[in-house]
Amino acid sequence: MTAIPFTSWQGKSLNEIFALCRELQEDPTYPTVKAWRAAGGKVLGHFQVYFPEEIAYACGMLPVRIRGGQADGVEASQHFGSYLCSILKTSLDLALCKHIELDLFVTHPICDGARNLAGIWGRNFPYKSQVLHLPQNPNSAGTVSFLRAEYRRLAGDIEAAGGRPLTDEALKRSLALYNRSRTLMRELYRIRRDEPWKLAADESLALVGMAGFLPREEFNRLLEAVLPMIAGRPAREQDKMRVVFEGGFCELPPFDLLQAVSRSCFVVDDDVYIGLRWLTEDVDIEGDPLANLAAAYIEKSSYSPVQHDNDKPREKMLLKRLRAARGEAVILAAAKMCEPGLDEQVAYSKELDREGVPYFVSEFEENQTTFDDISIQMETFLENVMFN
Amino acid sequence: MATVSTPAGIDLTEDIVGRGARESARLTRKWFSQLTEAARHGHKAAYVFVMGNMNEVLRCFDMPIVFPEITALQTAVRGTSEEYLRESEDYGYSPDICGYLKADIAMQLRGGEHPMGLIPKAGLVVTTNACNTYFKWAEIWERLQGAPIVTVDVPNARAAGCESQPGNLDFKYEHAYVVAQVKELIAACERVTGRKFDIDRFRQNLAWANEMSHYWKKLLLLNARKPAVFSALTDGLAYLGMANCYRATEEGAKYFKELYEEMEYRSNHGIGAFTRKDGKDVPLEQRFRLGFIGVPCYPIFRGFNEFFSDWGGIFVSSSYLKFASGGTALGFEFDLADPIESFAEGTLLTVRATQTGILFDIPDIESPESIFKLDGIVYHGVKSCRTASAGLADRRFHLAENGGLPTLLLESDIVDPRAVSKAQMKNRADAFFEGLIARQQRASAR
Repeated sequence: MTAIPFTSWQGKSLNEIFALCRELQEDPTYPTVKAWRAAGGKVLGHFQVYFPEEIAYACGMLPVRIRGGQADGVEASQHFGSYLCSILKTSLDLALCKHIELDLFVTHPICDGARNLAGIWGRNFPYKSQVLHLPQNPNSAGTVSFLRAEYRRLAGDIEAAGGRPLTDEALKRSLALYNRSRTLMRELYRIRRDEPWKLAADESLALVGMAGFLPREEFNRLLEAVLPMIAGRPAREQDKMRVVFEGGFCELPPFDLLQAVSRSCFVVDDDVYIGLRWLTEDVDIEGDPLANLAAAYIEKSSYSPVQHDNDKPREKMLLKRLRAARGEAVILAAAKMCEPGLDEQVAYSKELDREGVPYFVSEFEENQTTFDDISIQMETFLENVMFN
Repeated sequence: MATVSTPAGIDLTEDIVGRGARESARLTRKWFSQLTEAARHGHKAAYVFVMGNMNEVLRCFDMPIVFPEITALQTAVRGTSEEYLRESEDYGYSPDICGYLKADIAMQLRGGEHPMGLIPKAGLVVTTNACNTYFKWAEIWERLQGAPIVTVDVPNARAAGCESQPGNLDFKYEHAYVVAQVKELIAACERVTGRKFDIDRFRQNLAWANEMSHYWKKLLLLNARKPAVFSALTDGLAYLGMANCYRATEEGAKYFKELYEEMEYRSNHGIGAFTRKDGKDVPLEQRFRLGFIGVPCYPIFRGFNEFFSDWGGIFVSSSYLKFASGGTALGFEFDLADPIESFAEGTLLTVRATQTGILFDIPDIESPESIFKLDGIVYHGVKSCRTASAGLADRRFHLAENGGLPTLLLESDIVDPRAVSKAQMKNRADAFFEGLIARQQRASAR
């Protein structure tokens, strides 16, 4: 890969690193991706939620997560109607403004808006735009072999877009690198669960989100350095309610929203950037690596409202997440106009009612700028829980 | 028996004219009364969606079949949808999700009651990936009624103009995936009903589906002639209901054969589409030939069409008739000698085709070489269906950029009257026609 070392965090304090990471993620011009391209590297943009980045990496392309961002939406406004979530519009807007330039765009049939992006992108940009058909029937005997073939088809398009030919050796190296990444992110979330006073939800987002656009070896170096700093953080344990945040699987809650929430409680787990943490265990490297990667998507994976799976009723999965994190309450959030998220709020709330778990229902938008209301509502909610 | 005047002023009282409309009304009543009977007797039904409804398989097991999209749209056509929607919102559903789903959930909470009768409870739920809300909807039924879900996931075109074809490598793995799922569906039906799958009955169902598909395709093409013999936005929806509810049945095959005979007769005799005025069928003025892309506005079903028919506009083609009939209009013919493999192939090709039209393009309407010889295209996006609506503005933008036909983009809803702004839509339709007239005048002045 064309390595453009991201080193400006080195020698900085933890708080300075968080600020630097947040600044980079909120910068709509993607400076590190631009630098990669300027050095001759190819870029594959993939829309949220899950994408097998290992394949792109093994072909020498930089996988970049297309996840909306700070944009006024003017350029995209004539390309979309009403009733759509913000992330669809801002993602296109950033591309139309040439803030992010790609060699290949991939979306997924994860929701009714996202499945339209291949057509929309294809009409507006000269490079290939396509759907990766992540199977919506994980329960069929034919699913893993289908997905393996689908990954092979994708690799062909990556090669055609300027990537190197995919080899088993390169893919195995890639799986090992991403396995390391998975281990580091699991450790980050362990800290969130076991010592939440050491890492707030917005700080966690600042770190995890870097995996969306940094070359993965650089991301790993960052986490390898920062995790010990977090572990050694002189933060004092506090008596705050332990809460799980659900609803950030695609469009991202703003940093300030998570910060506002973290002031009044410990967010001990969440589904923010769940696509980056979709594979919950390491992928086997021995044998057929492409088949292993496909099997992991089905068999060793998390859950989200954009994947239908008879074996993973999401309301039960949420309870599992809550209990694993020893959470006491849930924030049931959804991005505005996000049908999968809004649909799921009902299933979640009915289940939590049955289980007697307190929850707080809310909507957000990636570009919202005022958080006073949610702060007050959260405090009221938490007081109600504590005094009832 | 219709008494009508042809453009030549000849009174025509042939039995054949209007037969399709009368028969579809009869079959619709029969459909709903059968479901009501099944519900009263406590029979469990298969719940399916219009795109990828798997009727050919399900009808081998004699389960009543419920199309919740069709019962949901009835609430809108009959002016009762808002109360259903509000009930569902009181239960917890957001105002910003699919109204069809909410209308149906309210029906479920009312024990299956809807304006045309009752729907039975679900014994089996079959869903496809043609719409993501289908999954959510299926999961809700599972939670409410405990009915098992069978999914048939059909890989769609990955990019514009990039569809695998029978015989190539990509098609092979896609087909194998669908074959596995069809076999799993059959096994699930056997478990739920306790009956063995009858391959000969399946062959017969495929034969009826073939006949329906053959005539449905030919029928849609008849409107390439002038005058158009039906309105794709009004009459076409009655045919669509038949294509879904009676798919893979003898009645369905017969209906489409006879409907085609009627329409061919009318086409040959210059008897165009009718509209209902003062209790009579009168010929619809056909000054502008329009294409429709998107989803109908059922809360003001006739009124929406009148925005256009009042100016002499007739919708001669509609993307909705193709995708909402699950691809049956493609004319795909199942091979009865190899029924399961062929059914999987047909499912892959036809369900995929519905998505290609929704997500990428529909050359029948959007191409300058369209056989329908259109004067303009109306795009109608709705809040309830992001699948069919999210890309419309961009399609219209690029059509206009590339010097295509005049276009109009409207937004409202398929079922929710609260999202329908009649005055605003009429105002825009009026401006659209003023543009079309000016264009015609410029053309004739040259």
